[in-house]
Amino acid sequence: MCPVEELFDPLSLARWQFGLTTLYHFLFVPLTIGMALMAAIMQTAWHRTDDVKYLKLTKLFGKIFLINFAMGVVTGIVQEFQFGMNWSEYSRFVGDVFGAPLAIEGLAAFFFEATFIGLWIFGWGRIPRLAHLACIWTVFIASTLSAYFILAANAFMQNPVGYTFNMERGRAELTSLWEVLSNPVVLAAFPHTIFAAIMFAATVMIAVAAWHLRRGQHTETMRPALKTGLWANVLAFLGVGVSGDQLSLAMVDAQPMKMAAAEGLYETTNAASFSIFTLGTPDGASELFSIRIPYLLSLLSTHTLDGEVEGINDLQAQYVTQFGPGDYTPLIWVTYWSFRWMIGLGAVSALISLVGLWLTRKNARQLPARQEQLMWRIFIWAAPLPLLASLVGWIFTEMGRQPWIVFGLMKTEAAVSPNVSGLDVAISLAAFTLIYGILAVVEFKLILKAAQEGPPELDDDVDADSDDLAVVY
Amino acid sequence: MDLALLNPAQFDLPTIWFVLVAFFFVGYFVLDGFDFGVGMSLPLLGRDDTDRRVMINTIGPVWDLNETWVIVAGAVLFAAFPEWYASLFSGFYLPLLLILLALIARGVSFEYRHQRKHPQWTRTFDRMIIIGSVLPAFLWGLIFANVVRGLPLDAGHNVTASLLDLINPYAVLGGITLTLLCLVHGAVFIALKTDGEIRGRARRLAGFAGVPAAVAAVAFLAWTLNLETFSGQPLPALMAAIGATLAMVAALLANAVGREGLAFGAMAATVGLAVVTLFLSLFPHVLPSTSGEGGLTIVNASSTDYTLTVMFWVALVVTPLVIGYQIWTYWVFRRRLTRDHIPAGAH
Repeated sequence: MCPVEELFDPLSLARWQFGLTTLYHFLFVPLTIGMALMAAIMQTAWHRTDDVKYLKLTKLFGKIFLINFAMGVVTGIVQEFQFGMNWSEYSRFVGDVFGAPLAIEGLAAFFFEATFIGLWIFGWGRIPRLAHLACIWTVFIASTLSAYFILAANAFMQNPVGYTFNMERGRAELTSLWEVLSNPVVLAAFPHTIFAAIMFAATVMIAVAAWHLRRGQHTETMRPALKTGLWANVLAFLGVGVSGDQLSLAMVDAQPMKMAAAEGLYETTNAASFSIFTLGTPDGASELFSIRIPYLLSLLSTHTLDGEVEGINDLQAQYVTQFGPGDYTPLIWVTYWSFRWMIGLGAVSALISLVGLWLTRKNARQLPARQEQLMWRIFIWAAPLPLLASLVGWIFTEMGRQPWIVFGLMKTEAAVSPNVSGLDVAISLAAFTLIYGILAVVEFKLILKAAQEGPPELDDDVDADSDDLAVVY
Repeated sequence: MDLALLNPAQFDLPTIWFVLVAFFFVGYFVLDGFDFGVGMSLPLLGRDDTDRRVMINTIGPVWDLNETWVIVAGAVLFAAFPEWYASLFSGFYLPLLLILLALIARGVSFEYRHQRKHPQWTRTFDRMIIIGSVLPAFLWGLIFANVVRGLPLDAGHNVTASLLDLINPYAVLGGITLTLLCLVHGAVFIALKTDGEIRGRARRLAGFAGVPAAVAAVAFLAWTLNLETFSGQPLPALMAAIGATLAMVAALLANAVGREGLAFGAMAATVGLAVVTLFLSLFPHVLPSTSGEGGLTIVNASSTDYTLTVMFWVALVVTPLVIGYQIWTYWVFRRRLTRDHIPAGAH
């Protein structure tokens, strides 16, 4: 292959495009899910106490939520169209199985989400108070349901269940929707994703509160926001940990290669250790230096200290017997480091919040001014950590599945649209990169502006049915 | 009651799903159609920024739920007819790319344009809304017309047409027709949802644009029924086309005498029946081939009976609910907007 052809290789361009647009879409997903919950909790608190500070917070986080939601919708359309546009062979092969959860998601979750978000945002003062509160809870429930169905579709790619292979039509066919929806991988991946989303919404809330508290403004409203955020982050991290452990077990069961690749473990080992850090060749085949925790990999994989963890070499040989000649190993340096960054970024974020809870506890000694300033700054700058952890987590789980698009059934290279040229994909990749890049900057500035403006000034009597529009474009 | 009647498998499942796919696309074009029309009307009806903001706010609470219909239509197509979905979406790669970019630009522009009060800023986003409304309407018309006309396919059902093949007089007329219909649809919507001077201007625009729209629609539908490659149901398609034409006439008359609600309803029927005509001109084909091989029908493009049955029950339970709460949304935001509703300062 000459270099130009390589540059316009439809397969690798389509993979880059899918990776880029999916990660970009996922920038907006966690905040949508998590912020809906935070806004719902705040509005419930207002509903029960009639304390105007909760209403102010609801409106502030509702505004951030809205800016974010529009991007989630428009980038979500790209996701759905892309399967057919770039991965038509994949769509033909799995449509009978994979299409069902997507369609249910659209019908039973996304429709609800999009409708009730409009009712909630624009319906202040127009809908009875309790019905309006029900709207934001509907948005939260619908957005988590939506995540469930999408993750169920993804789980089929990791661990195909509930299907049969039709030789005559050369495709996978659904035999049990229930099995697809109760795939062990989705049962673990769903809480893992939702708790991670709550972590990110929590750190955004912490950062907004810290920004205002640092300037000594809106103290009355921002104190409870800070507390809620710190608690939510720490508790959600526990949820992320427990569900992540379950996900590891499901992964070892369905995709032992992914776990071996997460550690770069070449030889099958009993009582396998887990390395926190390694220096060596990029593919992890030889090692110069590493810091290791004994038994941890066995513990993660089998819940016993001396359990056997299958190594890459044995699995590779086993897959060659099973599926024919080929390379069945994902890119080890990607899986190795993304796995560590995922855990590390999430843990650091939770640790910061835990320390924050201690420092801001009731009757806490007043910190010296400089240290307090430092604390606020750390709270602000640590906001993206859970989001980054989620993104590298997705890189790990998707890259760790390679060379398969559906594990054991279809390889990624066989899934790409045969009639879409490299030039076509190069054009779309360039267009998406450009427009997504511009929008990322604008979006970030808008959220920053909304956050820095702080909560709106409200009278205590805000419920009066006025003729003013709640939100004006 | 005979319980066997409750088993959808006794009906022809692919036919049921063809109807459901058509239903969701009709829903999409009827609903997002007037959003597109409102966007196109910005330069035609808005004398100043306040006017344009009144227009945008008529669709403020509903545009994203209207756009959701295309996501659901696409997902339903994927689940029920994977082969159709795969061939259609890969076959129209560049037009769909443009639609995606246009929808992104339009969606974020609603959000961004009022964030700063600077003429250059607002003008930029107004332009993006206009382009983002014209392009999808035109390109969807072009795509659907090409599907009805038939495309060269290979044995693996892949579309082998080049981009230039897609730009033929019939398909371009399809694009123009859908664009004009959306414009009129949007204008009658603005007339229904506003008060003051802009309401009168919107009615005049609907009447003015209604004539070329009706001419284009009649020409396009007549051409559709007389296509050499026509492979659908001639009589039902003819009935739907006549229905669309009558609805269009009714819409223009109702608009002329100031019955705005009726005009809007009749325009919705026009857009809906025009799309129905196209689907009837396909059935039982879904992607007719002009190359003698690889053509797709509701039989060789569909999912298994099991998938179609499960999905049928989901759709049956959820769809009435969806329609119910979406009607409620329109009811909640039913009142007319005027310039007085728009605050003076930047938001």
